[in-house]
Amino acid sequence: MTEPPAIRKTALDATHRALGATMTDFAGWDMPLRYGSEREEHLAVRSTAGLFDLSHMGEITLTGPQAAELLDHALVGNLSKLAVGRARYTMICDADGGILDDLIVYRLDDQEYLVVANASNAQTVLDALVARQDGFGAEVRDDRDSYALIAVQGPAAAGILKQLTGFDVDGLRYYAGERDMVAGKSALIARTGYTGEDGFELFVSPGDAVAVWEALTEAGREAGLTPCGLSCRDTLRLEAGMPLYGHELSTALTPFDAGLGRIVKFEKTANEGRFVGRDALAAAAEKAATAPPRKLVGLVSEGRRVPRAGYPVVAGGAVVGEVTSGAPSPTLGKPIAMAYVDAAHAEPGTEGVAVDIRGSHEPYEVVALPFYKRA
Amino acid sequence: MSNPQQLRYSKEHEWLSAADDGVATVGITEHAANALGDVVFVQLPEVGDTVTAGETCGELESTKSVSDLYSPASGEITEINQDVVDDPALVNSAPLEGGWLFKVKVDALPDDLLSADEYAAFASGN
Repeated sequence: MTEPPAIRKTALDATHRALGATMTDFAGWDMPLRYGSEREEHLAVRSTAGLFDLSHMGEITLTGPQAAELLDHALVGNLSKLAVGRARYTMICDADGGILDDLIVYRLDDQEYLVVANASNAQTVLDALVARQDGFGAEVRDDRDSYALIAVQGPAAAGILKQLTGFDVDGLRYYAGERDMVAGKSALIARTGYTGEDGFELFVSPGDAVAVWEALTEAGREAGLTPCGLSCRDTLRLEAGMPLYGHELSTALTPFDAGLGRIVKFEKTANEGRFVGRDALAAAAEKAATAPPRKLVGLVSEGRRVPRAGYPVVAGGAVVGEVTSGAPSPTLGKPIAMAYVDAAHAEPGTEGVAVDIRGSHEPYEVVALPFYKRA
Repeated sequence: MSNPQQLRYSKEHEWLSAADDGVATVGITEHAANALGDVVFVQLPEVGDTVTAGETCGELESTKSVSDLYSPASGEITEINQDVVDDPALVNSAPLEGGWLFKVKVDALPDDLLSADEYAAFASGN
């Protein structure tokens, strides 16, 4: 018999325990779910700033003269067009156009990219990139153990980070990332996040993670920087209308099904425009334009019962969709959900839509995503 | 975790305080409140309802999930805590006091309720 794989702990494990975190198994990692009230953590990110350990995310480095061409071939985006120091949200699909994962790709140098995959898909993404690298002058390196990832998110994040670095924080644009020093440790400082707020993600060596976390804690004390777990990360991204793999995204869906067709770039210069999944995605694009399948929408209720993933969306006694994520929204003070709904019922303001919440049909309003947009 | 000695506990993580007049107060344990996270919605039985030990009689909705509420004893509901209906956060902040859920007039307490020490051992194994 083989033993189940041991649960992995981040470099900040002892820090979380000292803070009294409730831990949870997330994609094989022992991660903080919350430290206190997840609602208060959520509201701290909206009003001041939150501090997250995201070291479960999977980093993969691509280097070499044809690293850009390999990514253009392997991913749906046009990564050879990405400027050094910038980042892009993109996806990796299978040959049928199904989504294997959604990714952030940073171009660190002319011949160096950092691909950040979801923890649950990191091995799949790594395997796919390795399988697709044949014929390209590029190396694919598993860097999951090379980085700890610490995020500072919220309106006060920039002010907190500035205390710890001489780097031009204000000059760093949204979806940009550059290497510099934070609290005396070298870091990739990226202005990215998954909360709907301004914020930063700091990729540091695992050996530096505790020092950087503690320096941020100290620098953020006055502003009210709050350690935040994965529970509030989920409600923050839901309010911001951001998809989560396994909920809004899956191999059964193409980027067009998920309403994210805009990230598929057919006009690529490299490899004569060919890339994995191209034909299937071209067909999916046409279908989305002519006979749209279900659409991803937002649902809001005036009631108090909360829709959960998998609950049917109903209208006129028939099932017209399915909830993919749902939670009580701390910012809106009411239950919200994302759901795939038949196009006929997907327009904001559509009358008569309800969610079947354990047998009772609770009325829900169809709204455009996101639920929350920062001022 | 605080599990007062004078209370009885169920394996569904409710506590129950039997009073001399046969009316028991029911709530969820601190362990359960911590496991649920922020409770945002509480659905309780109604006064006059008959509840059965070990069967569901309501639900507790938290940020991450919804959980059934089980009655730890059989009997008739004599009172519900309107305060937790209006402010479900009481279940988290004071699960053993202001966050009590309902009162039930019991005929006899089930034999399988746990003592504080037994419950502490049971809950730590979960």
